[in-house]
Amino acid sequence: MASMDTARQAPPRTFFLNDPVLRGVFYQIVVGLLVVLFLLWIINNTAINLQAQNKTSGFDFLWKTSGFDISFSLFHWDRTSYYWEAFLVGLTNTLLVAVIGIVLATLLGFTLGIARLSSNFIIARLATVYIELIRNIPLLLQLFFWYFAVLKAMPAVRNSLEFPFDIFINQRGMFLPRPLPDEQFVFVVVAFFLTIAVAIGLRIWARRRLDETGHRFPVLLVSLALLVAIPGLVWIVSGADVPFDPPVLQRFNFAGGVQLPPEFVALAFGLVIYTAAFIAETVRAGILAVSHGQTEAAQSLGLKESDRLRLVIVPQAMRVIVPPLTSQYLNLTKNSSLGAAIGYPELVNVFAGTSLNQTGRAIEIIAMTMAVYLTFSLLTSLIMNWYNARVALVER
Amino acid sequence: MAISYVRTEIQQAQPAPQRASGIALWLRRNLFSTPTDTVLTLLGIAFLLWAVPPLFGFLFGNAVFPGGTVEQCRDPGAGACWAYIGDRVNFFIYGFYPIDQYWRPNLVFALAALLLVPLAIPKVPFKVINAILFLVVLPVVTYVLLAGGSFGLRPVPTEQWGGLLVTLIISSVAIIGSLPLGVLLALGRQSKLPVIRTLCISFIELWRAVPLITVLFMASIMLPLFLPQGTSIDKLLRALVGVTLFASAYMAEVIRGGLQAIPRGQYEAASALGLGYWRRMGFIVLPQALKHVIPGIVNNFISLFKDTSLVSIVGIFDLLNTIQAATSDTNWFSPTQAVTGYIFAALIYWVFCFSMSRYSMFMERRLNTGHKR
Repeated sequence: MASMDTARQAPPRTFFLNDPVLRGVFYQIVVGLLVVLFLLWIINNTAINLQAQNKTSGFDFLWKTSGFDISFSLFHWDRTSYYWEAFLVGLTNTLLVAVIGIVLATLLGFTLGIARLSSNFIIARLATVYIELIRNIPLLLQLFFWYFAVLKAMPAVRNSLEFPFDIFINQRGMFLPRPLPDEQFVFVVVAFFLTIAVAIGLRIWARRRLDETGHRFPVLLVSLALLVAIPGLVWIVSGADVPFDPPVLQRFNFAGGVQLPPEFVALAFGLVIYTAAFIAETVRAGILAVSHGQTEAAQSLGLKESDRLRLVIVPQAMRVIVPPLTSQYLNLTKNSSLGAAIGYPELVNVFAGTSLNQTGRAIEIIAMTMAVYLTFSLLTSLIMNWYNARVALVER
Repeated sequence: MAISYVRTEIQQAQPAPQRASGIALWLRRNLFSTPTDTVLTLLGIAFLLWAVPPLFGFLFGNAVFPGGTVEQCRDPGAGACWAYIGDRVNFFIYGFYPIDQYWRPNLVFALAALLLVPLAIPKVPFKVINAILFLVVLPVVTYVLLAGGSFGLRPVPTEQWGGLLVTLIISSVAIIGSLPLGVLLALGRQSKLPVIRTLCISFIELWRAVPLITVLFMASIMLPLFLPQGTSIDKLLRALVGVTLFASAYMAEVIRGGLQAIPRGQYEAASALGLGYWRRMGFIVLPQALKHVIPGIVNNFISLFKDTSLVSIVGIFDLLNTIQAATSDTNWFSPTQAVTGYIFAALIYWVFCFSMSRYSMFMERRLNTGHKR
């Protein structure tokens, strides 16, 4: 024993070239130096190239007037707007299509994922065909299809396709009624938010009552009913006029309402259809990952079908579903950059496309564009880490 | 006290259970088990009746098959204009490659198929030689054959390559190039040396965070700026560099999954045998890890194959771009021209991707057996 202790206190001396720690430090210094040299070489080349092409660099171009048109913008844009405004327009347009796409793709994807697991033969097969068809065709091809083959082939304005609630689709895009908030309408909005507060309070109360007495209260149903009923009542009391400006067919085009350009419709549609197929697979995998023993245990506790799903299966499935689901959301956001190919003015199109061509500040503009996507990605992984830490299984 | 719960008379035989098979039972179980189920079934059937006959009519019934004329395609009731595809199919496959030189891409396709098929079938022996031939020799042969300029072959500049040929070249080069890069990056990410780990993590996360289209923009605009003055770099090569770097980041993550799946005991056993880092990785860990992630690599290849369609945005004539360019062919101008082109492209992409995904599932099932305990 004594000899072992001395051996531990004084490890055998090795030749210093064979010392793993020293070697590690040496390798790191070599790699670090190589990377720094490589970067310096690139920077040097770039500087020489820029000088040869008589190009300046710097971010001063952001405060110059752009002088180009953008077909679709959430806020005011004209040719005298600055480049930083072009950046903002691109960013908001990207976010707009991403948010709408994420909401719709989630709804469609969950429906399809559950449908694929349905015991109904026809429904399950239909969902399978949809998923296998859509997942294996490039998104860009699908966007071309929706934009050039479907939307461009829509009837002209005079023969627009008409849908309920004054929604029209034609070559020039989609026309929706525009909500016109008048002065009374503020009360409805206030009532809506108050009801949300009430619903949260209701949930807390119901949870406490469940803990104390064991009686359950249908929080979700009651909250939804309240959310419809209270603002509705306020709306009726405050005059019940229809604060909508529907699109009306004029001689050549629709007047009033909101016009969504065909590029937006095609991009949002394509992104939703494509991402939903991936979300459906995620959902299916999550539900299948909950072991059958959980279903049987819930059944033997006497839970009814809906409770079994809501209290046992779904919470466990969500733990598996949520991480890949967020990466699908991130994919959708990144894929919205394909809008550049069909002319939707999102970040890559407006900023990394038109602005870059006009100013020639390639490095600055590409760096800013990449920084935006990098921020999205880092934010998502931060949220994901927080979520994973929260729902992580406490193992024995 | 009488024991009331003990049965006193013999239970009568029950009637035989109903048949446990048969069409009626299957229908009841799978289509009409509950009222909701019945409604869903009826809705599904209604949808099929609404969608399938017109689709069938468009694709086959009213379609104009090769040999038909453009006048037939312009007919108001005409369906898909397959005659147009038949006329332009060489453009979709070879792009602007000189017609009298078509044997060169054809030879490349044949060689690739000849090497890929035995590589993909697990039972065929000589995997290592086969893999070296496919991954190292074939790319060189392909370049010599397609680009020409040596062995008496006429030079064909890459601007003339196009169609499915370019799509396959980009995706193959990206996957072959990204494998070694991905292995290095994955090992670096697992490394205990902080500088190397940080470098690898930043590289991987940066590339995975940005959309491929910005990478392609960067490659086509900024790569010429980064290189010494006077180096001109081929447009196709720029896209190849961009796609390969992009793919290697994703590949690294797939391989990292494999590395993490190898039990610690394997690393420790290798160390105990006195193997150094590279031998430990090369002989013990990587062979197991790579075998583990073959399905992941194939899945990666599928998304890469689809993503190559993005090079059409930076002006390279891949399959999608040839299809898109051909829609302005006025000789075949008809209402269904564009749709037919897109359906044809979708069919090609779908066949490739779907067969690859089936193969990946097959490998997954095969590889699973060895690792279950």
